Amino acid sequence: MYDGGKIIIGLLIFLAFATFPFYSNIGKSVAKPEPSLDTPVIKALEKKECVESKDFMRRNHMQLLIEWRDSALRDAKRDYVNSKGKHFRISLQNTCMKCHSNKKKFCDECHGYAAVDPYCWDCHFVKEGGR
Amino acid sequence: MGAMVSLVAVLVLILIAYVGVKVLSLQALFGVFIPYLAVLTFFVGFILRILKWARVPVPFHIPTTCGQQKSLPWIHYSRIESPAGTWGVVVRMAMEVLLFRSLFRNLKTELHDGPKLAYGWEKWLWLGGFVFHWSFLIVLLRHLRFFTQPVPGFVKIMDAVDGFLQIGSPHLLMTGVTLLAAVTYLLIRRFYIPQVRYISLPADYFPLFLIFGIASTGILMRYFLKVDIIKVKELTLGLASLSPKVPDGIGAIFYVHIFLISTLFAYFPFSKLVHLGGVFLSPTRNLANNSRMKRHVNPWNYPVKVHTYEEYEEEFRDKMKMAGIPVEKDEPETAEADSEESEGKE
Repeated sequence: MYDGGKIIIGLLIFLAFATFPFYSNIGKSVAKPEPSLDTPVIKALEKKECVESKDFMRRNHMQLLIEWRDSALRDAKRDYVNSKGKHFRISLQNTCMKCHSNKKKFCDECHGYAAVDPYCWDCHFVKEGGR
Repeated sequence: MGAMVSLVAVLVLILIAYVGVKVLSLQALFGVFIPYLAVLTFFVGFILRILKWARVPVPFHIPTTCGQQKSLPWIHYSRIESPAGTWGVVVRMAMEVLLFRSLFRNLKTELHDGPKLAYGWEKWLWLGGFVFHWSFLIVLLRHLRFFTQPVPGFVKIMDAVDGFLQIGSPHLLMTGVTLLAAVTYLLIRRFYIPQVRYISLPADYFPLFLIFGIASTGILMRYFLKVDIIKVKELTLGLASLSPKVPDGIGAIFYVHIFLISTLFAYFPFSKLVHLGGVFLSPTRNLANNSRMKRHVNPWNYPVKVHTYEEYEEEFRDKMKMAGIPVEKDEPETAEADSEESEGKE
């Protein structure tokens, strides 16, 4: 091999970077996030239903929230009709957070896991004592 | 023709993954087995390829330079364009690898009436390549959020900076868009410029279509079709921690995306994409331009049997003298005569 030392060092540096996800995770087991629905308001609900289906909310809540924001703040329309024809008042604080009053155990559970940092809280206030 | 073959190949790959997941429910195959196989192929193939190249000697000293070589002390030389030592080479390589300096020198050549040859400004290829490579790197590093827990700070910072425009939700990540735009440009360039189209092969089109497919499925998945990202991360984190699991209910678009990426990984070491490693092994770039200071010996030189003039004259001196051919070293009768003659010559 010609210049073998340099090439092998280069190759090792590359491998050290490229295999980072493997060796940084080996032997670790991370529990999957379990967003908690354990709030007084949800407990008191007869039918535990969000504004849309659970599957829809899991995949699309971010888009729904941004549409709600635009609708409420830009068009001053605060009425949302869901896929079943039920009406909801568009409000993060008074509709979403009324049931899901446990931001830390509900929102942050998955957002922390997926490393997503939504900017809801740049404007909105979290009731449960600070962020 | 090459483009059609490549396009069809990528479409078939997409179809394979879609049918495999939607119809045959082979989630474990496309989500675990193939990605592992592809990554293994990538690492083993990449290492073997580099070691293979490392065994190839460089017969000639061939740095391509575009500056004054180091020679006499009062002649100013170009330290980076024509590096004389290791540091110059390191800087030159860094500029090549990080900034694509040689592409920046690209010119447009035109023949006008006269005939006159004209060179014009042509930075589009540099710009396209630059945007493409850097976007791809950032996109790749951003994906570390699916393969680490806790996610390293730099990945979060990258995500925040990349999405700082705060367009929509999930927020628009600029590099995804620029990657798709750049790869589209690089593809259209191959169709549009006749000379480039003429030299383009399936090996050129296929990676472009493949990366186009990867970027567009990623964008589709994030902004339009939507998948349950928590389940996706469960799968990807399982892959990284070597304890794979396949959660139910991840959309087919995810499997298409990961299958195209697996293809890219597996294809990588056997294609021109290994310029990732090859750029560091280019003798035209990584050699110092010091051929006036150091002799470059071809490593495969073997000892050649030579017959020097001295030996030749030794052998035929008598015959040469008899034929009146001048000889360098006359058979000295006495030491004195020899020295006299040599003085006389001077």
